[in-house]
Amino acid sequence: MREGVLVKPYERLEREQLERIHNASLSILRDPGIVSYNREATDIFKENGAEVSSHGSYWRISIPEELVEESVKHAPSVVKLGAREKENSLILDGKEPRVRFGTGSEANVILDMDVEDFVSEKTGIRSSFPVFKRRRGTVQDLCQAAHLCEHLQNVDFFIRTVNIQDEDITENNKDVNKFYASLSNTKKHVMAGLTNVEKLDDVIRMAEIISGGRGSNEPIISFITCVTKSPLQLVDDTTQNLIEIAKRGYPVSISASPQGGSTAPLQEAGMLAQLNAEILTGMTLAQLVRKHTPVLYGSVPLRVRMDNLDNMYGAPETNQYNIGGVQMARFYKIPCYSTAGIADSKFPGIEASVNKQLSHLFIALSGAQYIHYAFGLLEGSNTFSPEQAILDDVHIGIIKSLLREQKIEAEIGQGVKEIREVMSTSHKMFTRSTRKYLRADEFIPFYPFGGDGNETLLKARMRKEELLSAPVEEIPADMKDVIFQEFDVLDRIK
Amino acid sequence: MKIIEETMEHIQENVIKGRRNKEDEDFEGGSVGELGVEELVGEALEGGLKPKEIIECINEAMDVVGTRYESGEFFIPDMMASAEAVSAGMKVLEPHLASTGESMDKFVIATVEGDLHDIGKNIVALFLKGGGFDVIDLGVNVPAETIVKTVKEEDAKLVGLSALLTTTMQRMGEVVEKMRIHGVDAKVLVGGAAVSAEYAEQIGAIYCKDAFEAVKVAKGG
Repeated sequence: MREGVLVKPYERLEREQLERIHNASLSILRDPGIVSYNREATDIFKENGAEVSSHGSYWRISIPEELVEESVKHAPSVVKLGAREKENSLILDGKEPRVRFGTGSEANVILDMDVEDFVSEKTGIRSSFPVFKRRRGTVQDLCQAAHLCEHLQNVDFFIRTVNIQDEDITENNKDVNKFYASLSNTKKHVMAGLTNVEKLDDVIRMAEIISGGRGSNEPIISFITCVTKSPLQLVDDTTQNLIEIAKRGYPVSISASPQGGSTAPLQEAGMLAQLNAEILTGMTLAQLVRKHTPVLYGSVPLRVRMDNLDNMYGAPETNQYNIGGVQMARFYKIPCYSTAGIADSKFPGIEASVNKQLSHLFIALSGAQYIHYAFGLLEGSNTFSPEQAILDDVHIGIIKSLLREQKIEAEIGQGVKEIREVMSTSHKMFTRSTRKYLRADEFIPFYPFGGDGNETLLKARMRKEELLSAPVEEIPADMKDVIFQEFDVLDRIK
Repeated sequence: MKIIEETMEHIQENVIKGRRNKEDEDFEGGSVGELGVEELVGEALEGGLKPKEIIECINEAMDVVGTRYESGEFFIPDMMASAEAVSAGMKVLEPHLASTGESMDKFVIATVEGDLHDIGKNIVALFLKGGGFDVIDLGVNVPAETIVKTVKEEDAKLVGLSALLTTTMQRMGEVVEKMRIHGVDAKVLVGGAAVSAEYAEQIGAIYCKDAFEAVKVAKGG
């Protein structure tokens, strides 16, 4: 099992303030309530006591406070996520601030990096520089990203990083290929959104074949669905996805992504009240469909830029909103699917890493159980860079080391012994004791991508090549035969 | 003969593992209770091996340590543990070398006047001891006169000077100059953060980038 790092969480908000946000969310859900474009959800809320009024193309639903509070009580605190390799499974406990990092988004653009030599006009010196090319993501890129993440030590779970936009990918074969590309290249837990709800059973069946019939008790896949369009509007298709996933008892992250300054209030309190109201709507619906549906509190709030309303992940407010989201999830004792590590920069390297490290640190420190978006994302979440994912892996390793539990009681005696021993040597260096820890995974002996000029990215590229040449254990041939017979998996990824 | 060969192999193995004696741990904290370099050198002598042969065997193991460091497999603490293990073995060997009329080359080492930094100097000293040199360590903040006087009195043919600061680095030139004035003929090795190969050449010394290179240069490599 991937244990994650148990942290002593940073609490930006007091308990009383969390209660005020909770009450504010309940008050919003009653008045003005939510707008729904999904008939089945509307009916479910109505049957359970919500007031519904029809407005032609949509319904307005006023949800009573007690319905929300009662339903949320049924959401389990502990969500178990399986994996092809059992050692990669995760037990997310909403009561315990144990931090794990994974990938995320469905980036449209892949950033290819090449290396070219340039000669200085001034000095005539030849140097190697990275050059970049942007292109649309394909199913093979998704395979490669999953393969890479399989070998990145700090990736605890895999959410499809790339939007597969091949010409022969259609609404009917996208889900099966998206999940197959991921599952066949990583033995970690796989999570994704659904393109076509009619393919949900195909995807579940495929995962059950691969897992040897482990099913929803130890699911090797889970889902994300963003049921609300901010502010407070239930979208027809994603809401239907949630209803169908809940009926099947599969874990689902109910994600909401209000944008401070455009689709949500800019100031923290109003933003958190709305974010929480949107997530509570999805959580309530999931529990009304099927009691004890395993859900994650999907907190993806962010602030927008004021010059063009693009997402601004590097804004300090984005981190404040996200810390609040983590605390609200803990308030309800539900595991938090949180957000960190997206750079606003379009290219990998220093600017992107500084941008990312700020949110990696704060969100991990706040104790989120399931931090997505953490690897390789640039330009908001529009671009995936494998080289940046390599750097992020090391940087997240640093964050994990930084936040690991202290062991003062266990170490103090040894520390005093070491000092006494070293003081009796001529060189007075703590080498012998240090040496033992060098080979423990929790220490990095030095920053592996350091160097002059462009060496960081050139080294990251070399590392990528190394990792991609290391194999991933294939899905057994007999399982593959069944999958290929039953589902439309593209030949080039078989 | 077979027993001797096995002992030699064990010595090399333990030099690489950095184990001085049976109380020491290896890389992962194991091997406690097994014989270390100190005890194994004693066994080798009892078995009739000559000190010079033991030193050769140790040197071969230190070459392996150096190669592993260069390749990134070993880190500084590993090298220092190995050098400590060798140094412990050399202490056992010293009286035997003296009794057979063999002697170790003397090496005077110091951090120059005005400078109190000694981590690098201490590492080099440890490596030199491990490399079979009789190291006379004068410590830190040592005036040029003291260094020259010691080199003369000890009749040392090798001197190592260390400086971290660009300001104190200038003292190295002073030492070389004073040695020339007093007619002291010794090879001067310099190193430290501020020092460069260009500077060393300018003052008539030899630049060593790390402890391994210092040992190599001291041995005439």
